[in-house]
Amino acid sequence: MTQTVTAPTDRGQRTGSRPDSGNAPDSGNAVEARGIVKHFGATKALDGVDLTVKQGTVLGVLGPNGAGKTTLIRVLSTLIKPDAGSAVVGGFDVLRQPKQLRRTIGLTGQYASVDELLSGYENLYLIGRLLDLSGRDAKARATELLERFSLTEAAKREAKTYSGGMRRRLDLAASMIGRPRVLYLDEPTTGLDPRTRNEVWAEVQRMVGEGTTVLLTTQYMEEAEQLADDLTVIDRGRVIAAGSVAGLKAQVGGQTLQIRAVDAAELPEMAHCLGEAGIVGASVSTDAGLLAVPITGDEQLTAVIGVLGTRGFGVAGIDTQVPSLDEVFLAITGSSAVAAAAKESQA
Amino acid sequence: MSTVTYPVPDGRIGLAGNLRHIGALTRRNLMRIKADPESMLDAVVVPIIFTLLFVYVFGGAVSGGQQAYKQYMIPGLLGTTGLNLAMAVGTGLNTDFQTGVMDRFRTLPIARSSVLVGKMLAEACRGMVSFAVLISFSLILGLQLKTGPLGVLAAVGLSMAFGMSMVWISMLLGLVMRSAQAVQGVSMVVIMPLQFGSSIFAPTSTMPGWLQAFTRYNPLSNLADACRSLINGGPLAHSVTMVLIWSVGITAITAPLAVARFRKKA
Repeated sequence: MTQTVTAPTDRGQRTGSRPDSGNAPDSGNAVEARGIVKHFGATKALDGVDLTVKQGTVLGVLGPNGAGKTTLIRVLSTLIKPDAGSAVVGGFDVLRQPKQLRRTIGLTGQYASVDELLSGYENLYLIGRLLDLSGRDAKARATELLERFSLTEAAKREAKTYSGGMRRRLDLAASMIGRPRVLYLDEPTTGLDPRTRNEVWAEVQRMVGEGTTVLLTTQYMEEAEQLADDLTVIDRGRVIAAGSVAGLKAQVGGQTLQIRAVDAAELPEMAHCLGEAGIVGASVSTDAGLLAVPITGDEQLTAVIGVLGTRGFGVAGIDTQVPSLDEVFLAITGSSAVAAAAKESQA
Repeated sequence: MSTVTYPVPDGRIGLAGNLRHIGALTRRNLMRIKADPESMLDAVVVPIIFTLLFVYVFGGAVSGGQQAYKQYMIPGLLGTTGLNLAMAVGTGLNTDFQTGVMDRFRTLPIARSSVLVGKMLAEACRGMVSFAVLISFSLILGLQLKTGPLGVLAAVGLSMAFGMSMVWISMLLGLVMRSAQAVQGVSMVVIMPLQFGSSIFAPTSTMPGWLQAFTRYNPLSNLADACRSLINGGPLAHSVTMVLIWSVGITAITAPLAVARFRKKA
C-alpha cells in the first residue's frame, strides 16, 4: 500500500471546533449512559442501566441471552429511543444530536449487516459514499480496509459467497470506514470457529491500540477477559456488577486448576500436602481422577506445581479453568438469582 | 499519496449531500439487480408472456380479430406496468429490514428518506426497461401508434404517475409484513382482482352488473381507457382526470401512513 489515509484533524479538534454544540469537551468518558429504560410491551428489556466507557478503553458488557445487551447497543447507536434515561456518546446526546452521534460511531451487529448481492468492495465503497467521502477517497478507503482485513482476494466476489468469518470481517471493515471514535461490537464472535474468533480478537485489539474506544457485548467470560479493561454485567435489564476485569475475577474467585494424577489413589494425599503448604480448598473427584484447586493468581499456580514436584507426585496433566458465565452470575448474585431464574424457566 | 478528507461532524446534511446519498443508494439497488438478473424477469418476460398469451389466446374471441385486440389490450397492459413495478419496492424494503442492512444505513448520518428515494429511482430504471421491452415487442407484433410517439410517452408517464402512488401501498406492505414472500403474496392478491376486474383485457359490457359497478370505479379501468385513448386517439378528459384523482388520493392517504410507519421502524 502506497496510499496513506489520514483524517484532516485530530479527534479533540473535531469536536472541540464546535463551540456552540455544548458538548462536554473531554470528560475522559467516550460513552456515558444514565438510567436507560426500554420496555417492549410488558417486557422490561432495560430497567435503568448505567454504564460508562472511558476514552480509549474496552468495556465488556457481559450477560446471558435476553439480558438486554443488544437493546442497550441499539439505544446507544440511535437505532431505538429509550423510554427514559440519557446517554452521551463522543460528546453527543443520543436523543438530541443523533446525526452528529452517528458520525462518531461504528456498529458491528450480531448478524453481519452486509449486502449479500454486492461484492465486498462495493459494500465498503457504498458506505464510504454515504459517509460523504468523495468517490476517490471512498475507493481508497475500501481498498485499504479490504487489505487490512485480508479480503483483497475476495474483494470482487459477492458477499453471499463469503464464509461466516469473512462476512464478520467485512462487517467490521464496514464499521471502520468512517474512523469511528467509538465502536460497538454486538457479540462479535458468536457462531465463529476458534480460529476466526482469534482473528476477530486480534483485529479488535489492533483497533484499540490505535485509540478506538470499544463497547463489546458478549456471553463469553473468556472473550471479556481477552479484550476488556472493564466489565459491566447485566441480567434481565439491570446492571448486577461493574468494575475492572481483575476486580470482578477476584470477586468470583479466579481460576480453578484441574490436576490429573497418574495414580488417582494419590489424589487425597495431594490435597493434604497442598493444604499443608497453605493452598486450601482443593477438592478430590475420584471418579474423574481429578483434583480441583481454586487459585487466585499465577504465584499460586507456581506454588502448586512446586509442592507437587518436590513431594514427587505423578502429574498427568494440568488444566486451568476460567469461571464460566454461570459461575460469575452465581458468585455475583448469589442463590436468589438462581432461584428466580429457575422460577422463570418453569413459568 | 492521497488524503481522505472527512467532513466535520454536523447535524445538517444539505441538498448536495442528500443527492449524493440518493445516488449512492440508487447505484446500490441497480447493482443488486445486476447481481440477481432473475429479478428482471417480471419486468422483461412477464409483459411479453402476457402480450402473447392474451393476443393469441383471447384476441379472436374478445375482439373478433388479433389486430383489433392488440390495439385494445396492449395500451391497457402498458398502463399497469407502472403498478407492477411499484409493488417490487415493498419486497425490497422488507428484505433490507430482514437482513440488517437497514440497521447499517440507520447508523449512518444520512436522511432516512434517501433509502426510500434510492429504491424508487432504481425501480423507475427497471420500469424504463420494462416499458421499452413491452413497446418494442408490441411494435414487432404490429401494434400501431396512431397518435405517434408522444402519445406513447404520455401513456408511459401516466402509468408511472399511478405507479408512484401505489409505491406507498407497497411500502406499507413491506413495512408491516413479516417476510418478503408475504409481501409478494399479498401484492398478488391485491393486484390480480384489480387487473382482471377492469377494462384492461376485455370490454366491461358483457360483465354482470355487480362486476361492472366494480370495474367502473376501478382505477385500472380508467388507466387502461386513458392509455388506449392516448395511443389510439379518443376522448381523454374523463379517464385521465380520474387516474390523476386516484393517484393523488391514494398518495394523500397512504404516503403519510407509510412514512410514519417507516419513521417508527427505521
